[in-house]
Amino acid sequence: MRKHFSEHIERKAKEHSDFVFVTGDLGYNALEGVIGVMGDRFINGGVAEQNIVGMAAGMASTGMQVICYSIAPFIVYRCLEQVRNDVCFHKQPVYMVGNGGGYGYGIMGSSHHAIEDIAVLSPLPNMMCYIPAFIDDMHHCIDAMFARRGPAYLRLGLGKNMPDGYGLTDFGLAAKANPEARLTVLALGPVANNVFAALKEHPHRDKVEVFVINRMPMPVLPHEVSASIGRSGNILVIEEHVAIGGLASAVSLLTHENNLLVNRFQSLRAAGYPDGTYGSQAYHQQQSGLDEQNIAAVIHHYF
Amino acid sequence: MSFEVLQGKLRTRILELHHMANSGHIGCSLSCIDIMISILCAKNEGDTFILSKGHAATALYTILSELGEIPMEVMDTFYKNATTLPAHPAPLKYKAIPFATGSLGHGLPLATGIAKANKLKKNNHTSFVLMSDGETNEGTTWEAAHFAVANKLDNLLIVVDKNGLQGFGNTLEVLGDTAAAAVWTAIGFDVETCDGHHLKSLMETKAELLSRKNGKPKLIIANTIKGKGVDFMEGRLEWHYLPMGENLYQKAVEAVRSAYSIDSN
Repeated sequence: MRKHFSEHIERKAKEHSDFVFVTGDLGYNALEGVIGVMGDRFINGGVAEQNIVGMAAGMASTGMQVICYSIAPFIVYRCLEQVRNDVCFHKQPVYMVGNGGGYGYGIMGSSHHAIEDIAVLSPLPNMMCYIPAFIDDMHHCIDAMFARRGPAYLRLGLGKNMPDGYGLTDFGLAAKANPEARLTVLALGPVANNVFAALKEHPHRDKVEVFVINRMPMPVLPHEVSASIGRSGNILVIEEHVAIGGLASAVSLLTHENNLLVNRFQSLRAAGYPDGTYGSQAYHQQQSGLDEQNIAAVIHHYF
Repeated sequence: MSFEVLQGKLRTRILELHHMANSGHIGCSLSCIDIMISILCAKNEGDTFILSKGHAATALYTILSELGEIPMEVMDTFYKNATTLPAHPAPLKYKAIPFATGSLGHGLPLATGIAKANKLKKNNHTSFVLMSDGETNEGTTWEAAHFAVANKLDNLLIVVDKNGLQGFGNTLEVLGDTAAAAVWTAIGFDVETCDGHHLKSLMETKAELLSRKNGKPKLIIANTIKGKGVDFMEGRLEWHYLPMGENLYQKAVEAVRSAYSIDSN
């Protein structure tokens, strides 16, 4: 997704003369093209994330739009107060771009993972988190982020293509409504790839309705989702993020507030480091039950 | 109005606000009000000012009301429920307060970003920021300082209100002198030191530094006295926190009137 991100940013740089890109000393073998297009509007702020975000708010206050780019955990956790006070309180168009959300950096270890980022950022005032699942909706998210011109976080993950039959919506992706659905699946961001892989040969795939969510917070339950829940009565939320403050928390709150009748509510989520060992992204997904095989097995239990 | 009278008048207003609110942070505002006068009363169109030591908000509010940026009737709401003037500046309320502050270490990165934007836009605006000396303990100070030097931001002017006291001790005893001229000079700043209560000195130092288009960001180390103008508050840590009772308020106002040769009207 990083390569496609860079290409899209190059196009944005040509469209918006007020757009500045600040990196926290990262982007080797990915952002060289962006440098070429942006010239002095591409800034390496050094290994100094708090200053980068504070400066970005200062630049944005003069009428600029600013991307702050780093590995996801570095641009979320260390500079949280700058994001809250300088960016969000002042509604500044500063876009934190975090590469490798979730367990994306795999064997690099826990310092490089971001499995609480949405919980941390999405409650902040005026903030919109974009969690694109595919290359196609990443482009859509970036365009929406620039059009909205407010505080934003873009969590980048794997770069795969959108499955057939799905279209972009204002909450993510959805297929044509399925009146036969007996299970409503909501997947946050790129882990949706595992859901589609699990369903590919699944005997009950025709009775499962999948919604890909790529924006948080979720202030209201999209009507397509609530209609699906009304039909199926079962909800399975899948996210490479802890349950607290993530999609499962939001959906649970909204289904209760909307008095939706739910037979079964289940959450598959990032489990952290349950036995204190480390590995690839796929390894951590497996430990959390977010892998294709477990998702297929969990879905099977609904039938 | 002479500058001396203005220095006294704004001090009595600061005292009045704190007395009305029964609130602390008096010494911090009296420490830096002269610095604010030297910047805000001579600011050019397009220049920006950020008060990084947000706990000196009453100094900012009084001078902005004097300059017509905050309506006088709003000043009466200071520290009260439903006010736009809380103890630390609020976001998005007044054009002359571009950023809410209160947590230390935010103002310099913000001002550095504005200075960088001004460079990219190739304008001649100056980005001013007022910091406390205790605040230079913050790591963001050094992140921003190095960025400013590396990016040749000679349109950034920091003034450090160096009163030698911070939240719970003398700056020298807490982390040492993180606002020492030698440190900032070594990094690559263009540094001058002056009396932070002497307006002519402050303004001349500012003009001199800004006239040097040498690619170096600017720093004025303004030597100040916490509680300046009220003899029993001067140089005393407790006046970071304490409110005044009626008797002390009257004494404080008398002290200011006497020190700045202003009458009781």
